Amino acid sequence: MKKLSKCYIGLVLAFLYAPIGVLMVFSFNASKSRANWQGFTLDWYRQLFSNDALMSSLYTTLLCGFLAALIATIIGSMAAYGLAKNKGKKSTLVLSVAYIPMLNAEIVTGVSLMLLFTLMGLDLGFFTMLLSHITFCIPYVILAVLPKARQLDWSLYDAAQDLGCTPTQSFWRIMFPELLPGVFTGFLLSLTMSIDDFIISFFTTGNGVSNLSISIYTMAKRGIKPEINALSTIMFAAILIILIVANVSAAKKDHNKSKRSMRI
Amino acid sequence: MKKIVLALSAVLCLLFSSCGDDRPVVKVYNWGDYIAPGVIDQFEEESGMRVIYEMFETNEDMYTKIKNSNNSYDVIIPSDYMIERMIAENLLSEIDMSKITNYNNIDAEYKNLSFDKDNKFSVPYTWGTVGILYNKTMVDEAPTSWGALWDEKYKDNIIMMNSQRDAIGITLKYLGHSLNTTDAAALQAAKQKLIDQSPLVLTWVVDEVKDKMIGGEAALALVYAGDAVYCKGENPDLEYVIPSEGSNIFFDSMCIPSSCENKDGAEQFINFMCRADIAAKNAEYIGYSSPSTPARELMGEAGKDPTAYPDITKYDLEIFSSLGDKTKIYDELWTEIKTSIGV
Amino acid sequence: MKKNACLIPLYVWTAVFVLFPLAIVIYFAFTRAGGTGFEFSLEGFSRLADPMYLGVVLKSFKIAIISTLVCILCGYPAAYILARSRSRAKFIIVILMLLPMWMNFLLRTYSWLSILENTGIINTVLASLGLPKVRFLYNEGAVILGTVYNYLPFMIMPIYITLLKLDESHLEAAADLGANPFQAFLRVTLPFSVPGILSGVSMVFVPSVTTFVISQLMGGGKVPLIGDVIEQQFRVVNDWHFGSALSVVIMVIVLIFMHFINRGDVESGTGNGGRILR
Repeated sequence: MKKLSKCYIGLVLAFLYAPIGVLMVFSFNASKSRANWQGFTLDWYRQLFSNDALMSSLYTTLLCGFLAALIATIIGSMAAYGLAKNKGKKSTLVLSVAYIPMLNAEIVTGVSLMLLFTLMGLDLGFFTMLLSHITFCIPYVILAVLPKARQLDWSLYDAAQDLGCTPTQSFWRIMFPELLPGVFTGFLLSLTMSIDDFIISFFTTGNGVSNLSISIYTMAKRGIKPEINALSTIMFAAILIILIVANVSAAKKDHNKSKRSMRI
Repeated sequence: MKKIVLALSAVLCLLFSSCGDDRPVVKVYNWGDYIAPGVIDQFEEESGMRVIYEMFETNEDMYTKIKNSNNSYDVIIPSDYMIERMIAENLLSEIDMSKITNYNNIDAEYKNLSFDKDNKFSVPYTWGTVGILYNKTMVDEAPTSWGALWDEKYKDNIIMMNSQRDAIGITLKYLGHSLNTTDAAALQAAKQKLIDQSPLVLTWVVDEVKDKMIGGEAALALVYAGDAVYCKGENPDLEYVIPSEGSNIFFDSMCIPSSCENKDGAEQFINFMCRADIAAKNAEYIGYSSPSTPARELMGEAGKDPTAYPDITKYDLEIFSSLGDKTKIYDELWTEIKTSIGV
Repeated sequence: MKKNACLIPLYVWTAVFVLFPLAIVIYFAFTRAGGTGFEFSLEGFSRLADPMYLGVVLKSFKIAIISTLVCILCGYPAAYILARSRSRAKFIIVILMLLPMWMNFLLRTYSWLSILENTGIINTVLASLGLPKVRFLYNEGAVILGTVYNYLPFMIMPIYITLLKLDESHLEAAADLGANPFQAFLRVTLPFSVPGILSGVSMVFVPSVTTFVISQLMGGGKVPLIGDVIEQQFRVVNDWHFGSALSVVIMVIVLIFMHFINRGDVESGTGNGGRILR
């Protein structure tokens, strides 16, 4: 059974990573086309670092992604917590409205937000793009946190207050740790949505601010350059290294902790 | 929480105080990947101005943003029919040609074109034709007619262009009409022709056609000449032909939108782009045809490639014109064609 | 923290950035370009009565529903295994499942084309083994594959975090009461994870109804979905009125759909799961 489980997880990962592997291999392809393999090269990596426009759009993507995910996580988590006990009509209504940015075809959200910003007299740029990203990230956070919020055990919350905690203290000490996996998931999902968005970003940005998706989609007309594959490969490797380091250091901490507790 | 807010506002402040750069700004809005690397830097250096560069994917996307947002742009590079439409809607402003001293680098046959008859609003940047790209090893004989795209022999070996005006346009040409016709009968015939063709078509694509043709996924594809040049470079089995019935010739030209805030800078930028060495650099990088003979002379062999530079007097080539109110007929037709396929 | 106060930021944000734009969309849906400006019209909706569009709408829902079901069937076991696992690496694996989604969508889909094309990786391998080529792309199956690929992590994540809380002792109790593992799963685990599944369904089904690039690339433009038609109205044919009308109709249908699904949750779902656990 254990083995079967591992095999299954391996299979899912293989499915998710098949195209990523192909993409990485092509970042070393001497040909510009993905249809031809013409030998190994590191040229695309070299060109990547001299491509300022691409580097600055990477910076915009990451900054916008983190800020949007952070703010959406705060607003969405609060909302999910507020809805936790409420399962009646109000909750259904709030959820229905929250679905709208997910549900609208991206183009509809993009164009309608552009018109909104124009009516508000805002110049399109980083700020308007950020506002839009927060908007379409919030539903994902609510949906990620809500199942956790619905699992909360309110008797613990009351008990903590009986023991002298203020409501704020009991929230942070008792409830928040329970919500944390959902909050974290919501943050990650938001980041994912933000990094990948093209259409909404396109219609809500301006003043030379461009993210990676805009660079990639607009260059698709003339063929996506392997530089982009190289950039993705580097991003992927960087995240993987961070994960491994974090995991190893967490393992060490755990190890120390268990040693200490042994001594006690 | 307060710390987060503080950090956030610090970041936002950094973003909006654009580095204390007080050079005059030129905002350029161009197609993605449609300028040679280094050209913008060179312009900034020579002119002492700063370029804010943005990219779009389709004419319509660009139009939507120019028309509906508060943002201003100084130079944009739309295609022919879109220029005609933007002139009609007063979205473009006249260019002072006396300031474009390099304008005489542009060949006479690419001036005063149908979309801008007196050449007041646009300066050609690139041009190209539409034709059939075919794989010599996969066809019996070189196609000479659009009919090849309707040939049962090539079932599942045909790639069509997922682009309204191009797909309907070449069908009209095949049927012997103008590709700007608004005649209902002709359009209905073209629609039926495209629906009849659909079982033969492997796939409808725009951007992926290049990789697919290079990889030998299909025998025939409807492509732009500029893409054909690139594909032929990657796979020598490929050849490009403009069918005898005639085809479309398109132009992407530099224009100044009426929202422009730095007209002098915009004109300097356009003039710079027309300089022979810069035009040659761009044409070489992009692969689309340059309207400038001095630039072509600097390009060596690439400037003589018959795929990019056919003898345009030999073919019946038409420029798309803006259809005005009649756009709607095409729109509904296209929606019907695309929805009927596969349903 | 007051629970109602928690909802204020959402209300404010939603009012400005969701409802206001929605009002704009509705305005477009009920008007058309007249001589001087926009005039009231139901033209956008009446055009929808054409059976051609009905076919597209039905096909879009069919593909979205199948994709969602496939995501549940494939995602649930993965979420379950990970949540039950005692391995410390499980968290890393969860992040690893999300990581591919950080690579650009277009790049990932192009890679799928490289794998599945007639001249692609799989067919090259098949051919070298002397096997006949298989045509994977340009049909509904390919569109479903693309949709499942892009949304699977959004199903796994919420189910996983819900199951984290599942208490082993309840399963043991069920076993003590004579339930076999399958019954225990049906009676305890599954009801317990309903909120997670519902979140997953929302995150997969709702956006996949109006997705558009997947059908263009994987379906080769031969499987037109409602998202493509809407996108075309805005980005190609410039008929915002018809595009908005389509959008509004789809929105209403999906909201009704989701309303029933969520009501199922309120009436049975977590209700039972919660009771059993308590």
